[in-house]
Amino acid sequence: MGITLQEIVFYVVAAAIMVCSILSVTTGKILRAATYLLFVLFGTGAIYGILGYTFLGAVQLMVYAGGIVVLYVFSILLTQSDKNMKYKIGKAKLVSVLLTTLIGAALVLFLVFTNGFALNMIPQGEELPAREIGLDLIGTGKYQYVLPFEVVGVLLLACMIGGILIARKNKEEEEK
Amino acid sequence: MNQSFLDYYNLQPLFMAIHSALCSVMPEGLAIFLEGLVVGVIILVLYAVLAIVLIYMERKVCAAFQCRIGPNRVGGKGGLLQVPADVLKILTKEIIELKNSDHFLYNLAPFLVILASILTFSCLPWNKGGEILHMNIGIFFVLAASSIGVLGILLAGWSSNSKYTIIGAVRSGAMIISYELSIGLTVLTMVMMSGTMDIQEIVTSQANGWNIFKGHIVAIAAFIIYLIAGNAEANRGPFDLAEAEQELTAGYHTEYSGMHFGFFYLAEYLNLFITAGIATTLFLGGWMPFHIAGLDGFNAVMDYIPGVIWFVGKTFFIVFLLMWIRWTFPRLRIDQVLTLEWKYLMPASLLVLLLMTICKVFGLVF
Repeated sequence: MGITLQEIVFYVVAAAIMVCSILSVTTGKILRAATYLLFVLFGTGAIYGILGYTFLGAVQLMVYAGGIVVLYVFSILLTQSDKNMKYKIGKAKLVSVLLTTLIGAALVLFLVFTNGFALNMIPQGEELPAREIGLDLIGTGKYQYVLPFEVVGVLLLACMIGGILIARKNKEEEEK
Repeated sequence: MNQSFLDYYNLQPLFMAIHSALCSVMPEGLAIFLEGLVVGVIILVLYAVLAIVLIYMERKVCAAFQCRIGPNRVGGKGGLLQVPADVLKILTKEIIELKNSDHFLYNLAPFLVILASILTFSCLPWNKGGEILHMNIGIFFVLAASSIGVLGILLAGWSSNSKYTIIGAVRSGAMIISYELSIGLTVLTMVMMSGTMDIQEIVTSQANGWNIFKGHIVAIAAFIIYLIAGNAEANRGPFDLAEAEQELTAGYHTEYSGMHFGFFYLAEYLNLFITAGIATTLFLGGWMPFHIAGLDGFNAVMDYIPGVIWFVGKTFFIVFLLMWIRWTFPRLRIDQVLTLEWKYLMPASLLVLLLMTICKVFGLVF
């Protein structure tokens, strides 16, 4: 057997991700683009699943598929921007886009082939338990992350206050 | 404490035997593929059968609360064949195509809703060794997968190209996103109490007493918050303003016909079952038998009832509670729904989380 079931599933998912990513930038309708993006994110979640890291897979589903894409769709619905977006692309733009893509692809390939695959660095078999992740996240020792955790928490709080400040009704204006 | 009763109906040895028997005649990859296929078919059949049972139950319960008899003509005295007949009828209906709508998204939306529903459905712990999707973050995966459903609802509302559907979809979206917070916080409370996110381990940790008894007042408060938020999450009355027959025809699925409508309908009933099943898992001990401390004879009899019967029985009990709520309370307005969540339920569930932390730290849970 040259090819295992896991590899077959990986190739199917990878192909689906590629097709959907291309479709999500070439489609003319903004809501369809969001839907294809959703499929790409599903595929990424599935790849984490294949790697046996279900925690990250579930986070991927929760944060991106269930959070960000819902937010996109919601804002598209509320702003009613469902007009067709097929723009004419000029020659200069096309050339620069192709050039950027090529450079990007070359960079990624260079990094992949010079650094080798991370396959042998990941401990195989047992999945990292969620308890350990949680303890590391709020630990203060070496390789533990309480400071970034708190900083992100404060950042989110600031974002929330900012959002409320923008969204809330002005009482004085309402009385007039 | 002697816990040998947990192994009376353990299904794992059986599945292991089947797996090794298959592996002896074919390569392992093919065996896993075939097993996956069979399990998938079993999930779908179970899903359809449960939906039929639940719809029949809903009609009977609704009739009882409205002092009616309910279906009683088709299939003998109790109208038992009414719902199967309805299923056959809906299967023969044409699936209509709308003008001026996005066909791709229109056809995709019911599948997204049903995908979320089936993914969460396969995480339910039916019996010892009887879980279908088993991962060490099971309950978190349930929360994650159930958040896909709202996308299907939003897309359905938008792509139907009608004002009723879009109002229904936006209402439903706002409501589901809000109530996910309460659900997440109460689930977190119970995860903290059991100390694990693995669904099977949450159930096993309740071998010496269900969480609702072990966590006393705090767990009961979390249970009530979970039931309210779960009802909203399943889009059922008094939170059915996404559909609101009197105002919006049928809300986000107004323009759907045939089996596409059937998918939304199926998902609605199965989401009810899943909400109840997760509540059973978290609070009522999943497939654990009912024990009273001291009554050894009684406990021994309870142990001989298979786990799957306990699980289904408890789940249907909670389904009944939710139906009771649905047919007793009038519908809320959208502003009342959002006020209830943001001003009362979410602060309350944060408080419950805090109380549970205090109880856990000082050893006040049993």
